[in-house]
Amino acid sequence: MMNDASPDRDSKPRLAPGVRLGENNNQRVLLMPERALRLMGPSLEIIQRCDGKHTVAAIIANLQKIYSKARPEKVEEDILGYLQLLQKERALDFE
Amino acid sequence: MSAPTTPLALIAELTHRCPLHCVYCSNPQELQSRATELSTETWSRVFREAAELGVLQADFTGGEPLARTDILELVKAARAAGLYVNLITSGLPLDEPKLDALIAAGLDHLQLSFQGATEPIAAEISGTKSHQQKLRLLDWLKCRRVAVTLNFVIHRQNMHQLAEMLAMAESSSATRIEFAHVQYYGWAFANRENLLPTRAQLDTSLGFIQQAQKRLEGKIRIEYVVPDYYAKYPKPCMGGWGRKLILITPSGEVLPCHAAKIIPNLVFDNVKDRTLKEIWQSSEAFQAFRGQSWMQDPCKSCDRRELDYAGCRCQAFLLSGDPAATDPVCSLSPLRERVDAILAAVNAPASITSPVVEQLAAPVPDSLTQPIWLYRPNPS
Repeated sequence: MMNDASPDRDSKPRLAPGVRLGENNNQRVLLMPERALRLMGPSLEIIQRCDGKHTVAAIIANLQKIYSKARPEKVEEDILGYLQLLQKERALDFE
Repeated sequence: MSAPTTPLALIAELTHRCPLHCVYCSNPQELQSRATELSTETWSRVFREAAELGVLQADFTGGEPLARTDILELVKAARAAGLYVNLITSGLPLDEPKLDALIAAGLDHLQLSFQGATEPIAAEISGTKSHQQKLRLLDWLKCRRVAVTLNFVIHRQNMHQLAEMLAMAESSSATRIEFAHVQYYGWAFANRENLLPTRAQLDTSLGFIQQAQKRLEGKIRIEYVVPDYYAKYPKPCMGGWGRKLILITPSGEVLPCHAAKIIPNLVFDNVKDRTLKEIWQSSEAFQAFRGQSWMQDPCKSCDRRELDYAGCRCQAFLLSGDPAATDPVCSLSPLRERVDAILAAVNAPASITSPVVEQLAAPVPDSLTQPIWLYRPNPS
């Protein structure tokens, strides 16, 4: 999904080699080469589903249920934006 | 003085021993011997103390970190402490079983350094034949699950190989490439005349890198570290003195950066005597250039002081003799003309190489037209 395209909904994102969840001082973080991202509620929910089994569409449907008070379009937009950011950081493989 | 922030990374110089003799090595000119190196137990304690302090990543470097016979135990200890483990290596003392053992021990990320895209230039720069082994390692890495970065240290003598370097990286499993210009400290400072790129080389490389970054976005992250002698403003060295990084030397001294020992009259604490937390929070060396009270003009009233922290203290000392001075690479520094004079010499049409440096453990160059390098020796 180069050049600002959204990830393919049927692809299955998976954390790239050398990218993993970590914890420090009770704060969950995503560890990767030369970087660490702090994870809040929704970002952690997304990362936990980047396991090579959930499709992008499934992650969106899952989180729309969890965050049922938010507008579904907004949840979808946020997830796609976050996956795009992670790919730019080279933190994901799409299978 | 100001309250310390949380450090993010620990740079662990496990040893100064190295099979390579690179002419820009970031190790100090006074190398520490094997006899003074910290034990496995002390490093393990330091990793736990670092994680408690908030450190997320450990960078195993050297010298060649694989020269430590306890490297697997050290990787395990750092992982057990909760750290993300980076290994910065020449790849030389490595075979497939050792690579598998490192990954099984918990290695997260392997950074392989290259001295060029071809054997002759790599051998000239490192004083060792290691290029073919690095290529073998790239093959072994393809079928293993570990993050890979290729580090290309670039300078005047190898910048014409950027396209070949990029092609090597693209055909490997690397998800990250660093094209890092030599920074002028220690061995690189001694060899500066032969390493500084010309302005034309730099301009060409900038265009090349920007294009590559755009083309490979989402596939490979490309980092570019500029030679700051050509910059308008200095780099925020180490993210600010004592703000983000801790470096520990093979014998246990705790430094804010690779080169800090060149600054006169700074006293460095040792992890054998105090905890890492005490050292980070209150040691004299870490407090020396924290905050802004030590800054001079033009930095102390400059809007950029929160962005670049007055630049690099070691570079300020090397170029001005005063570690508290504004980094002379800054265009606002009253001493910028010294840097301009160095660049003028490099960019003068007649500039070839000036063999002015003494040779230590160096192979003899083939001809007098070749640069004469000061090679980094192995510690006794």
